[in-house]
Amino acid sequence: MFQTVDKTAPGERQRWIKLLARAPQPMLEAGLATVPGQPRTWLRRPETGLLMVQGRVGGTGNRFNVGEITVTRCALRLSGGTCGVAYVQGRSHSRAEMVALADALLQVDQFRPILEASLLARITAFLDSESAAMTRKAQSTRVDFFTVARESGGSDAEAADS
Amino acid sequence: MNGLTPIDLSTIGRGFDNLALDSQAVFRLALSAMSRPGDIQELTAGIESPAGLHPAAGAVLLALLDQDTRLWLSPAFAGGHVSTYLRFHTGCVLVADAAEADFVLVANVSELPALCALSLGSEEYPERSATVVLQVEELSNSAGWPLSGPGIEGAKVLRIEGLDEGFVTQWRQAQAEFPRGVDLFAASAGSLAALPRTTRLEA
Repeated sequence: MFQTVDKTAPGERQRWIKLLARAPQPMLEAGLATVPGQPRTWLRRPETGLLMVQGRVGGTGNRFNVGEITVTRCALRLSGGTCGVAYVQGRSHSRAEMVALADALLQVDQFRPILEASLLARITAFLDSESAAMTRKAQSTRVDFFTVARESGGSDAEAADS
Repeated sequence: MNGLTPIDLSTIGRGFDNLALDSQAVFRLALSAMSRPGDIQELTAGIESPAGLHPAAGAVLLALLDQDTRLWLSPAFAGGHVSTYLRFHTGCVLVADAAEADFVLVANVSELPALCALSLGSEEYPERSATVVLQVEELSNSAGWPLSGPGIEGAKVLRIEGLDEGFVTQWRQAQAEFPRGVDLFAASAGSLAALPRTTRLEA
């Protein structure tokens, strides 16, 4: 329902929010430890709720409700006025807080380069290795179907004529 | 449905520090105010209400509004920081027509809409009426209209700065519809008083 007004380049913030939302908690902790602690104010304390996930078979057809997932959200403001938001899957309030904090810090020019290296790069590498492992696992059970090309003319055509 | 409206979060103030306990405390105060009409309750909620919104009025609305309540804002507030603040913290639905609203927030007495034009509820469901939250400069029990009705023992007077005889006439008109009617919270910067529909103004 709410978006914050983006002061960063378009798409940039989406990119890191997408990464942060999928980052495992220890990686967030380690990444945030590389920047000095910042005093913060809660705009919205972490709260857990349900979100309906919708799907669409094959990318076409009507949307249908897949099911509900648990989502924790929060919003905070740094003393400099920068705001960070988080919507993460699950019930972990501390994880939502870290994601919101990382989102806010990434909007600060002073911290962005540090966090790009210590946090975003690691999350990207982790997610890539996860998806590679998943692909490998799927590849090992892959079955290739193929259809034998039918020769032109021949007995089929004659059968149809008779 | 409300579409995606980009808002600047840095303009939004803090809401209740402890959502459950603070909103319960404010709810308790609002309940005391309604059950003892004319009593002035001191209300100091630690919220960062946006410019123009009295902290007391803001706290009452944060405690009472949710995504199922419809809120009408008087022209001074409509579309400004007050509407984003209340939308962000409560998820309430904003309506353009005061007659559809469950809660009516009025920035100052000059913007008070006609009481009978608000939702008065129905004979079957009189509780589905509007509750007015009116911002006033000052509330005082030292002079003003004598009040009588349920919840008032003996004599009580209430002075709501800025309200005149015209309001008394409107209040009586709305009361003629009983059990339908409207209830009113008057909020100054740090205090709150209530006039439920059962309270008679003897002015």
